[in-house]
Amino acid sequence: MNNDNTPVLTVNGLVKRYGAIEVLKSIDLDLVKGDILGIIGPSGSGKSTLIRCLNMMETPTEGTIKLQGKKLSDKFKSSKNEIGVGELRRKVGMVFQHFNLYPHKTVLGNITMGPKVVGKKSEQEANEYAHDLLGQVGLSDKADAYPSHLSGGQKQRVAIARALAMKPDIMLFDEVTSALDPELVGEVLQVIKKLADEGMTMALVTHEMAFAAEIANRVIFLDGGVIAESGTPDQVLINPESERLKTFLSRFHG
Amino acid sequence: MTYEWDFFTIFQSMDLFLEGLLTTFLYTVGSILIGIVIGLIACFGRLSKFLFFRGLARSYQEIFRCTPLLVQIMWAYYALPLIIGVNIPNYIAGLVILSLYVGSFYAEIFRAGINAIDKGQTEAGAAVGMSQIEIMRYIIMPQAIKKMLPAFINQSVIQVKNTSLLYAISIAELTYMTYVINGETYLPMEAYTIAAVMYFSILFPLTQFSDYFERKMRRSD
Repeated sequence: MNNDNTPVLTVNGLVKRYGAIEVLKSIDLDLVKGDILGIIGPSGSGKSTLIRCLNMMETPTEGTIKLQGKKLSDKFKSSKNEIGVGELRRKVGMVFQHFNLYPHKTVLGNITMGPKVVGKKSEQEANEYAHDLLGQVGLSDKADAYPSHLSGGQKQRVAIARALAMKPDIMLFDEVTSALDPELVGEVLQVIKKLADEGMTMALVTHEMAFAAEIANRVIFLDGGVIAESGTPDQVLINPESERLKTFLSRFHG
Repeated sequence: MTYEWDFFTIFQSMDLFLEGLLTTFLYTVGSILIGIVIGLIACFGRLSKFLFFRGLARSYQEIFRCTPLLVQIMWAYYALPLIIGVNIPNYIAGLVILSLYVGSFYAEIFRAGINAIDKGQTEAGAAVGMSQIEIMRYIIMPQAIKKMLPAFINQSVIQVKNTSLLYAISIAELTYMTYVINGETYLPMEAYTIAAVMYFSILFPLTQFSDYFERKMRRSD
């Protein structure tokens, strides 16, 4: 099943405009089951916009996105031919740069809210799975803590557990270590690597080039709203072709 | 010549004072409760994606916030019946106007509280598939209520005092009663002092509670 090459996510001619500004100029992209896609590029290149289109947090101006063969719609409810955002976001999880944990809920409450409210799971079932996930991210002892008592790295690990609680098919990571102190980055990357090893399909917008080289099987370099280069980590990160990419990568050490 | 206070005579009318106090209390609580409902409706109207509802809510707020409450009360009691051809009893005019008035301020307080919540909170809820209503109910409102409580209590304290304007349409709340008692006893110093003390005794605990709550909230942040 891991070698099944049916695209899970297909992006065709994706354009995103904010008023007169065209942030994504025409993106074509396929994500296959088990793919770990690294998305790199300079500020303003459209990386966040692209990944946010994948779970319809941004609505494409033009173009189509298909999940498991079905077109995405911007309505909440699904119809016969289209997947609505409600259903889409149950299958595609997202972790944000600034964590966005609910401050009025405990760590456990943060993780179980989705399963209980959206998944209609019972308190017991939701709590059990939440404890399981907390164990997987190494925070079993923090179940009753409030987010304000956690470090950045711990908050982000909770955020990952919260996204996983919905049992998504795809995980999207939007610069999840960019807001962390350097010494806290490693613990978060470790969790992501574990997910990757377990076969989770994912797309990561990241500046951690070494990490991308380590876990990704594909990398795309986004520049000025287009995919300027694309290939394996070896092709894109180790042996970049364009001058633009070479200049971009030279800013990162290692 | 120093003034000789005559509280003994005034205290003979204590039953009237207390009746007035009760009426004040009833109009306060009634208009606050109705005002909360109106305020919520107007607040969500302001936040609606439809221009029509936004415009309607905004117009309502501007009318009631930009005209004096006393003028509104007089207009509802004297002018409105002439326009619609139906007699409006004073207690209805009084309660309705008080509710609409405080509702317009509550709407603003609720809106500010909701807008103060970081957009990331809405995104986090949306990202797991929650609907707008679920996001509002489980994520935004619980946080917003904490933020808006001091302003809400402050407005409610003002509302207690606003009920005194109902005396202008002969509703027998505390200020009206004081006016009547003064008319009978010719002791304005004593009468209005008692009235002030009564208002103070209701409002002081409320303001203290508000301060306490605000201090508690600041400590927990």
